[in-house]
Amino acid sequence: MSKALRILVPVKRVIDYAIKPRINKAGTGVEKTGVKFSMNPFDDIAVEEAVRIREAHKKLVENIHAVSIGPTKAQDILRTALAKGADTCTLIDAKETELEPLAVAKILKQVVAKQNANLVILGKQSIDDDCNNTGQMLAGLLNWPQATNAAKVEIDESSLVAKVTREIDGGEETISAPLPLVITTDLRLNQPRYATLPNLMKAKKKPMEKMTLADFSDVSTEPRLQVLKLEEPPTRSAGEKVASVDELIEKLKSVKAI
Amino acid sequence: MLRHTVKRQFNLFSRAKPVREAFLCAHNGVSAAVRISTMNRSNVLNYSTKIPPRLTAESYPNLQRLSEFKKLSSDDLTFFKSILSDSEILQATADEDLAVFNEDWMRKYKGQSKLVLRPKTVNQISQILKYCNDNRLAVVPQGGNTGLVGGSIPVFDEIVLSLTQLNKIRSFDSVSGILKCDAGVILENADSFLAENGYIFPMDLGAKGSCHVGGIVATNAGGLRLLRYGSLHGTVLGLEVVLPDGKILNSMDALRKDNTGYDLKQLFIGSEGTIGVITGVSILAPPRPKAVNVGFLGVGSYEAVQEVFVQAKQELSEILSAFEFMDLKSQTLAKEHLKGVSHPLEDEYPFYVLIETSGSNKEHDDAKLEAFLEKAMENGSVLDGVVAQDETELRNLWEWRESIPESSQAGGGVYKYDVSLPLKELYSLVDAANERLNEKGLSSTSDPTKPVISAIGYGHVGDGNLHLNVAVRAYSKEVEKVLEPFVYEFVSSKHGSISAEHGLGFQKKNYIGYSKNEQEIAMIKELKNLYDPNAILNPYKYV
Repeated sequence: MSKALRILVPVKRVIDYAIKPRINKAGTGVEKTGVKFSMNPFDDIAVEEAVRIREAHKKLVENIHAVSIGPTKAQDILRTALAKGADTCTLIDAKETELEPLAVAKILKQVVAKQNANLVILGKQSIDDDCNNTGQMLAGLLNWPQATNAAKVEIDESSLVAKVTREIDGGEETISAPLPLVITTDLRLNQPRYATLPNLMKAKKKPMEKMTLADFSDVSTEPRLQVLKLEEPPTRSAGEKVASVDELIEKLKSVKAI
Repeated sequence: MLRHTVKRQFNLFSRAKPVREAFLCAHNGVSAAVRISTMNRSNVLNYSTKIPPRLTAESYPNLQRLSEFKKLSSDDLTFFKSILSDSEILQATADEDLAVFNEDWMRKYKGQSKLVLRPKTVNQISQILKYCNDNRLAVVPQGGNTGLVGGSIPVFDEIVLSLTQLNKIRSFDSVSGILKCDAGVILENADSFLAENGYIFPMDLGAKGSCHVGGIVATNAGGLRLLRYGSLHGTVLGLEVVLPDGKILNSMDALRKDNTGYDLKQLFIGSEGTIGVITGVSILAPPRPKAVNVGFLGVGSYEAVQEVFVQAKQELSEILSAFEFMDLKSQTLAKEHLKGVSHPLEDEYPFYVLIETSGSNKEHDDAKLEAFLEKAMENGSVLDGVVAQDETELRNLWEWRESIPESSQAGGGVYKYDVSLPLKELYSLVDAANERLNEKGLSSTSDPTKPVISAIGYGHVGDGNLHLNVAVRAYSKEVEKVLEPFVYEFVSSKHGSISAEHGLGFQKKNYIGYSKNEQEIAMIKELKNLYDPNAILNPYKYV
């Protein structure tokens, strides 16, 4: 393998995390009309990390390719990825089809092959379904090592070994793995930059390859999970004021808290 | 007015910790955590001045308590207790000086009120005012106490009439968009209520988490939506006001068109509580925009700021909803204040512009904004810029504008001037002020022995409204003398207004003559005498 990094960054379009999602009237899903969508924040961190790797190793990185599987409008977040530093991108238009992590991972495996990528950086989870599966499944399908929940990533230029620090209970764990590799990003990995005007303009001229699910006809998109019902969590009942410690103890006893 | 007041939350008897809540309203744990990391505010400096405020009466020894006013007696308390419950009456005690009600948030003024009344009904307010009028007890109406000119706090021992507990939404018509609510409803709550119905409150300002709907009407606050939705003189459709003699003036049956004689409600919009206490407001709310974009631009000169403004108006026309400018010094202070948060633009520019569009169709707005920005970059009026890609980036960009008041306060204190000037000469006041402060050897960003840190300028270009903030290490008469009446004379010479949106209150009460002529002042006084002959409402202020 020549010494070059070809980074693939899968990004997902999700309901903006500053927006409070509402359950639809039928109770079958989340209301999506008239709601603001943005790039999954962990994927935003993944794009930023890819760009930072290029900034740190100018000659090493050959290409940063973003890919999104989702509705046609996912091209908005691909443009954002391009404006923030990706070179090229692919939109895999799934129209209204919602894919589960395994199907996504299977499609991504084919994209990895097509792009000849040797490093995949993606968010550890998307904030809509919170699955935290895709990266791990993709690594499994590719039979590549995986470094999940990365809080720090260093690449050794000569050996092409990645050193990844992860936050664990009570400290840090550092692991190293040779490329090719799948890295999933944790919250504190970096702070994504803003998309600047000149880069937004350049992004419009960068290539966007368009594909559809039909191009991956060997991947089953049939859902394996069925959502039975979505409900709001029970609302917390209002607090009560007590006048004295004795009263407090009495109340606690009455609800069998002590 | 209070666009640049901080968002605060008061705990009743303790001065609230001035670290802002980190908008922890996200939809799950993960995203809340994302938000915190994106704008880590834990290391933000305290904003309030380190020196507790002196009593206003001590700072201004020439000002005397008017002897016509009665001093509070036990009989008065007996009366108030007969119409109000215990929780509606707060009295000063040995270890509680009612500081929350006696001090302004800038900690520049401190009154000596011994009694705070917090009625829950309009009738109670009517009874209170009638009693106070009959007995010549001075009263200061108070809303969220976020004012910037000391207008809502007592000077001597005036009774504080707090509208905090008069805080119900009365009705909302989802067809016409007319909201009717009590004066004590917090602006943010009113806006959240409207949001649920697909509408938006026609004004917004930095203090929205504390300020009251009644307060913004009484002070005719401007804020950031003025460019889009116009002033409260247009959006307020009716008011309910208790007059000093206890009579209730009601025009809440809001009509958009009503040409039957004097439009009396206008008299109270901007009256600053001097001729009546606003207790109810009906206001016309526009539909909430579905798509909002924010750009933060670096600009080379004040001339270029104006060019960008003209282009923005032409290219964006109906979707342009805010156009704010900031000078480099204001961003330098904000950078110090928001330690550890990286500024949106890598390089420094003499001026920055925050531009916001709001519309109903994202694709349409995006295309317009893109075309405008591209043009502005190409012709060189904009040197660099960023565009928010998601809601958090959008809020963080606003943060760089909204944190300026806090930042200018963080070094110790701030002298605030809020003026209207012809657009062409808007920024010349900041240059003139800096020049004058340097001439007198009072100003240095690094030398801690100088009283002034720097004079900064920012504001609403769209409204011709400049905020001149003089950030100081401590309040001093010396600095005040250099700035006043200099600033007012400067503004008057350019035919501007000495108070674009903050009002006059206590701070500018002596300077009304710079913006109003003799006949106007005479008429204001006549109206005051007519409706408040005992002058019990908000005394020692501008009328």
